[in-house]
Parts: sequence; structure tokens; C-alpha cells
Amino acid sequence: MSATDLTAARGATGGPVDRPTGGRRRRLSRRVSPVVWLLLIVPFLVEAGWVFWPAFNSFQLSFTKWNGVGAAQPVGLRNYTDMLSDPIFATALRNNVFWVVGFGGLSVIAGLSLALALNKPRRGVGIYRSAIYLPMVFSLAVTGLFWRVMYQPDGPVNIMLGAIGINTGEHQWLADPKTALGAILVAAIWRQAGYIMVLYLAGLKGCDPALEEAAAVDGANRWQRFRFIVMPQLRNVNTVIFAVTVIDSLRTFDIVWAMTRGGPYNTTQLLSTYMYQVGFTLVNLGYGSALAVVIFLLAIAFIITYLARATRED
Amino acid sequence: MAAAVVVPTRRRRHGKDWAFHLVMSVVTLLWVMPLVFVAVVALRSFDDISFNGLGSLPHSFTLEAFGTAWNQGNIAGALGNSIVVTTATVIAVLFLASLAAFALSRYPIPYGRAILLVMLAGNLLPPQILLIPVSQICELLGIYDTLFALVVVQVGFGLGFFTFVLYGFMRSLPVEMFEAAKIDGAGDLRIYATIVMPLCRPALAALAALESTWVFNDLLWALTVLRTDTKFPITAALLNLQGGYTSQWNVVAAGSLIAAIPTAIVFFAFQKHFVSGLLVGVSK
Repeated sequence: MSATDLTAARGATGGPVDRPTGGRRRRLSRRVSPVVWLLLIVPFLVEAGWVFWPAFNSFQLSFTKWNGVGAAQPVGLRNYTDMLSDPIFATALRNNVFWVVGFGGLSVIAGLSLALALNKPRRGVGIYRSAIYLPMVFSLAVTGLFWRVMYQPDGPVNIMLGAIGINTGEHQWLADPKTALGAILVAAIWRQAGYIMVLYLAGLKGCDPALEEAAAVDGANRWQRFRFIVMPQLRNVNTVIFAVTVIDSLRTFDIVWAMTRGGPYNTTQLLSTYMYQVGFTLVNLGYGSALAVVIFLLAIAFIITYLARATRED
Repeated sequence: MAAAVVVPTRRRRHGKDWAFHLVMSVVTLLWVMPLVFVAVVALRSFDDISFNGLGSLPHSFTLEAFGTAWNQGNIAGALGNSIVVTTATVIAVLFLASLAAFALSRYPIPYGRAILLVMLAGNLLPPQILLIPVSQICELLGIYDTLFALVVVQVGFGLGFFTFVLYGFMRSLPVEMFEAAKIDGAGDLRIYATIVMPLCRPALAALAALESTWVFNDLLWALTVLRTDTKFPITAALLNLQGGYTSQWNVVAAGSLIAAIPTAIVFFAFQKHFVSGLLVGVSK
């Protein structure tokens, strides 16, 4: 610590000192001592070594053909052109679009409705809120297994649908290519809605109630107040939720892996599960990396949106 | 929690309250139903389930499924692995992130803002782009298939986010304190240890609650850097359990409940911290 002070002192005596006290103090805090640099550089290097360097490597690998043994063969853009004629990639991409829209749209609708319903403090609200955001703390793997049990042919989903008059005939939700992805989506939303609700509840807390009251006095009905008074105030929350949801959707892996592993017949493959399968099950490292790069390119616009929002100076 | 002792002024309010509670009770019941159902399945015997069907009312009550999952299913060992990895990761990531955040928030580091942005951006990358090289790097360093590798990877990946959040928090601390400490002759490390860290305690608690559930719940990194079953954390072990006890739904249900309990405890114990951790970056 004495070394730091020395450095700082040296820095202070270096320049012209016109205002004896104020100027000196200012200068003291203007110098960055080596210790402080070290505090920053150690964590930065850890992240650089385990995030930036590997990410860079993925780009390089995506232009090669490699099975992990020996040297990687450069193949130029072949991996990317192969993708265009890869039917599983097409399925995965289609499924991912479905996933972004379904997962994002439905969890926002559910989360926002719940937040609006549970916004005002009244008896019982705390219990309802807790129950709805409890699933959020379970891992996606646990969520996936919970719902695998639910979706069994003789399980409660079919029984409950039967009870309200929809005879499903012991439908195999996860084994039927037509319903498998939708069934996973329901499980994912069950877990996500509480999270979105928490975000909107925070957003609603920041809204000015006086504005809504004024609008009510002016004769605006419930929907108009929501649409023209509350929604504009939630703009920031909306932006964050939008970016986070898309980024999450492109990352989604665990729940699909726990429920179907991309099956039956690759019909529930998302880009992330397909990438994992190509890279780690088939050990086709070049093509797997190219798929990862595609996921990255799809995510980048939303990452920038989030960054711009998160770092805005108020 | 129900702080509202609102005396309804008009009769209409009564009716509305009633409808509200009816709708919300149904929604809440639907929401907790999967959990309740899985708990019921876990407490039934295998014979009961195969004879009466998975969806029937329970005809038996036994803890044997928990025993099978815990002992034969290797859930006990996996839970231990998860706890070790989670504790180590949370401590390491918060420590390193607090160092970087301290340097960036309190000193005029050239391009400090750009560095912060780059670090946060690293955390937002889709992990898929890191998986293949990360497993290669682990092989190269000879740490592949160790819990250490899992910790290091998660620390590296989480750092950017926590640095960013702690940076915001440290910036909000009053400058006068730092100036005063400096005048008193406190060095940088001393300011960090005796002034900044104690003040950051609430933020650190919130982030620890958040990160511990994230790490505990991770599956993807575990599948990427681990191969041996006995080193698996609980998420990966659960999937193995599901593969090994294909038709024994009571064992699978018991295993997933065991995996769900620790995060549920963290959640209920630190509910407030947890929620405030989630709100980071939203409510600005």
C-alpha cells in the first residue's frame, strides 16, 4: 500500500500545482496505481482465457473439418454451404423461430397478465406470487423431468384433458412429432412466466399512479389506461425482456435435452441441441463450430440491444 | 405478505375481490399442480404405479423411491458434487468480479467503460460458441473431467455479468467516503477491503443467491467438461437416473425432487435478495 501512495505522490508532484489543495487531491485520484491495474487485469484475463479466446477459436474451427484427432483440415466455407442443404439444420432453424415466438410471446403474455393482476397489494397476493415464481428456481433439467412425468400416457395431462371432455386416448405427447415441441414449450413457459412477472411487477412499481388516476378522471377506460398510460412507461422493461427472451431462446438447451434430446426423428431439435449433438456426439467439430457461429450471429443484434440498454447513462 | 387491510368502501369491491380470488386460486393450483403431482408419484411404490397407473390416486405411501434414487441412483454423490461446485464458483466469481468492479468504478482506468462493456458482452454470448474450444482447452490443460474445470469455466463465463452489476452498485456509493479514506492514508486494497466490500454486502447477498441457483441448475457446462458419472453434478446425474430407471417413475420423481429442494430452500430463505438480483439491469 505504501508503494501505491508513492506512485500517487510521484504523479502528483509531476505536474504544475496551481491550486495547492484541490488540484493536488484531484491528481491523487487521477493516477491509477499498478495494484489497481492488477485488480482489473486478473479477472479480465480469466474471462479472456475462458470466454474470448474460445469464442475466437470457434470462428477458426468453423472453417475446418476436424474430429479432434490430428490436425484440422481447412475447408473454407464448406461447413456453411453444407448447412444450406442439411435438412436437420433447416428443422432446427424453423423450430428455433417457433421457439422464439412461442416462448417469448406466451411467457410475456402470461407474465404481464399475472403482473397486472397481482400488482396491487391485497390479501393473498404474496402467496399467489410465490407460487407462480417458485418454478423459476428449479433447473430446466428438473422442469423437464417433472413434465416428462406429467406427459406420460397414463399421466395427469391426459387425465385432466379427459376430465374436461377432451379425449386424447392416452396420447404420447413427447413421442408424437406433431406435439413434442409444443409440449416442451408448455413446460418451459411454466418456468419462465414467473420470471417475466417479477420483471413486470418491478416495472409497474416504477409507474406513476397519478398519471393513471388523471386519465381515469378524464374518462379513459381500463384498456385505454393500460394501452396509453401504463404501456409507454414500461418501455424500458419491454426492451430488456425482449432482448433477454431472444438471447435465452437461442441458448435453450437443457429442457429439450432433458425431455426429448431433439427427438423423435429430430423434430424437436433446436440450433443449440443440434450443435451439441454434432459437436459432442458425432464429434464433427468443424461443422459443430459453424453451427455455433450461426447461433452467435443470430444473437448478436439482441446482445447489442441489451448492452445499449444496460449501459445507458441516466 | 398480505399487508392490505383495505376496507372495501363499496359493495362492488366485495364482488370483485371474490372473483379475483377465485381466478387466482385456480391459476395458482394449476401452477403448483406439476409439483404436487410429482411429489405424490415419488411417494408411491413401484407396484402401485404399475398396477393402478401413473395418474391414479395413490394406494401406497413409501419413501423407498427416495432411497433408491439416493443410493443406487448416485444422487447423494451428485448432490455433493453440485454443492462443492456451486460454493466454489459463487465465492470465486464474486471475489474476482468485485475486484474488477472496484478498479473500474473508483479509478479513472483509460477506456474503463469499453472494458466493462466487453466483459458484459462476454457473458451474453451464447455458450454454444464456447463449448467445443472449452472442452479442448480443458483437455490441453489436463483438467478435463474434473470438478475444477467446471468451476473455472463457470467463473470465467459469469464474471462479466457480476462485474457489471457490482460496478453499478459501487458507483452508487458516496464519493466522500473514498476521499476521506484516502486523506486518512488508506491504500487501494485497504479501501477495497474495509470500505467497499462491507458496503456491498446487500448486493453480494443478492448476487450470491442468484448465482448459486444458476450454477446449481447448470447442465450444459457439466456435459461439456465432465465425462465420469461419479463426477456429475445433480442435473446431469438426474438425466442418467432417468435413463437407468426408464419406467420407474417414482424413482425419477424422487430424484428430481431431491434436486429441486436446495434451490427451493435458497429461494425461500433469500426471496427478497433473489428477486432484487433478478431485477438487476431492468429497473434503472
